[in-house]
Amino acid sequence: MSELAIRGSGIALHRINAMVLRYWYLLMSSWPRLLELIYWPALQIITWGFLQSYIAQNDSFFARAGGTLIGAVILWDILFRGQLGFSISFLEEMWSRNLGNLMMSPLKPIEFLMAMMVMSLIRLAIGVIPMTALAYFFFGFNFYSIGLPLIAFFCNLIFTSWAIGIVVSGLVLRNGLGAESVVWTLMFVMLPIACIYYPVSVLPPWLQYVAWALPPTYVFEGMRALLIDHVFRTDLMIQALAINAVLFAASFAIFLAFLRSAKRLGSLLGGGE
Amino acid sequence: MAITEETRAQFPATDPPGSAAIAVEHLSKSYKTTRAVDDVSFRIARGSITGLLGGNGAGKTTTIAMIMGLVLPTSGRIDVLGHPIPGESDAVRERMNFESPYVDMPMRLTVRQNLTIFGRLYAVPHLKERIAQLASDLDLGDFLDRANGKLSAGQKTRVALAKALINDPELLLLDEPTASLDPDTADWVRQHLLRYCKARGATILLASHNMLEVERLCDRVIIMKRGRIEDDDTPGQILKHYNRDTLEEVFLDVARGRNRENAR
Repeated sequence: MSELAIRGSGIALHRINAMVLRYWYLLMSSWPRLLELIYWPALQIITWGFLQSYIAQNDSFFARAGGTLIGAVILWDILFRGQLGFSISFLEEMWSRNLGNLMMSPLKPIEFLMAMMVMSLIRLAIGVIPMTALAYFFFGFNFYSIGLPLIAFFCNLIFTSWAIGIVVSGLVLRNGLGAESVVWTLMFVMLPIACIYYPVSVLPPWLQYVAWALPPTYVFEGMRALLIDHVFRTDLMIQALAINAVLFAASFAIFLAFLRSAKRLGSLLGGGE
Repeated sequence: MAITEETRAQFPATDPPGSAAIAVEHLSKSYKTTRAVDDVSFRIARGSITGLLGGNGAGKTTTIAMIMGLVLPTSGRIDVLGHPIPGESDAVRERMNFESPYVDMPMRLTVRQNLTIFGRLYAVPHLKERIAQLASDLDLGDFLDRANGKLSAGQKTRVALAKALINDPELLLLDEPTASLDPDTADWVRQHLLRYCKARGATILLASHNMLEVERLCDRVIIMKRGRIEDDDTPGQILKHYNRDTLEEVFLDVARGRNRENAR
C-alpha cells in the first residue's frame, strides 16, 4: 500500500493519479477529442446568446432579467458535460478493451470512480471556460459575476452529473457497449423536468413533485432568483445538497451492484456488445 | 524443469493448507443454460508452471478469470497466495498479474505511457528503471515511444507481457500467451517466461490449446473438457496414461472422447 494511501480508507492517491494520467495522455494524443470538448459548448452559447438578445429586444421581462437564458445554458452545460466527461472516460476503457487489465490491477472501484470525477472536472474546464469567455465577449454576460453562489450552483450540478455518470457507467459495465446510447441520452430527461429554461410553476402540479426531487431544479430556480430578484436562496442550495448526498450514495451502491452482476455474468473480459 | 532447487527450498512442495500459490476447491460456474466449470479442484505449488489444457469451451478461460476475481464462481472456493478470492483479492493484486487475448492495452497511448500507467497502478518502485529493464529484456526499445495501436501482433504480445511483468509478480496468469504469434516469436516468448520463472521463483498458470507450448513449459498439465478435469499430472505421466508420444495425440483422444484405458 502506498504511503500516500488515505489512512483507513484503503484509497491510494497514486492509483487515482495513474488513472488521471492515463486519460490525460489520451486527451493530449488526440486533437479531435480536444476540439470536440470546445466545439459544442461554443456553438450552443452563441446560438442561445443570440436568441436571448433577440427576445430581450422584444420583451421587457427578458430585457430586465438579462442573462437568465445564457446563464441557464452554461449551467446546463456544466450538468450535461460533467456527466459526459465522467462517462466518456469510462467508455474509453470499454472501447479499448482495457477494463480487464484495470479490474485485475490493484485499482479499487472507488479510485476508478474518483479518477473519472477528476477527469470530468478537467474536461469541463476545457469546454466551459471558453464558453463563458464567448458569453462575455459576444453578449456582455459575465458568468463569474454571479460570485460565491456560483460555487453552490456548480457543486450541486457536478454532484448530480457524477451520480448519473456513475449509474450509466455501471449500466454499460453490466450490459456492454450495447447500452452505450444511455450515456449520451439519459441526462436529457432532466431537460424538461428540471426546469432549466422556465420556472417550476409552469409545470403541471403532479410533475412539479418530480421536478423537486431533482437537485438541478433547485439550482436553476436559485439562478433565476439571483438574476431576476437578486436574492441568493440558500435554502434551495441546502435542499439540493441533501438530495445530492442521497443520490450520490445510491449511485455508488448501484455501481457496485452492476459490477457484481458483471462479474457474475462474466462480462468484464469481453466488454463488447 | 522450471523449478529451481532454490525455489523448491523456498516454497516446499508440501505447503501447508492456504499457502499454495493457487488452491481451488469444488469450483463451479454456471451461466444461464451452460455449466462452464463443473466441480473443479486443484492446488498449484509455488514456483511451478502449470498448463490448463483443453479445447474451445473447456472452461480454461473461465477458471483463470475466476482465479483473477474477474468472474464470480457459482460455488466453490479459491485461495490465491493464501488469501480467499474474491473476498481478499485486494491483498494479492499487487503480487500477481496476467495477460489475455481478451483484453488490450489502450491503443492511442505509447508503449512507454502504458507501462508508466500500469507501473503506477502497481506502485512499482523506480519505475523508469523498471521500464528500461523490461524494454531491454523484451526487446521493446525500438518502439517504446510508438502508439500501441501501431504495433504488429508480435510486438503487442511483447508489450502485453511487459505489462504482465511490470510488478515482478509472484503469480502470473496467462491465457493463450502465444496465440496468433509466428513460431519464432512464440518460442522467444516461451523462453522469456521460463527465464523469468527460474529467476523470480514465480508461479505460472497458463491456459492454452497449443500442445507444444504446454510440453515445453509446464511441470504439470491439467486437462479440461466441458468444464471438468479429465486428467492432472506431469506431461510425462499423462503421455503414459494415454499411451501416446505427444500431448497433441492426448488432446485428440480427450477431444474425441477416448479415455485413458482405450486411447490407443
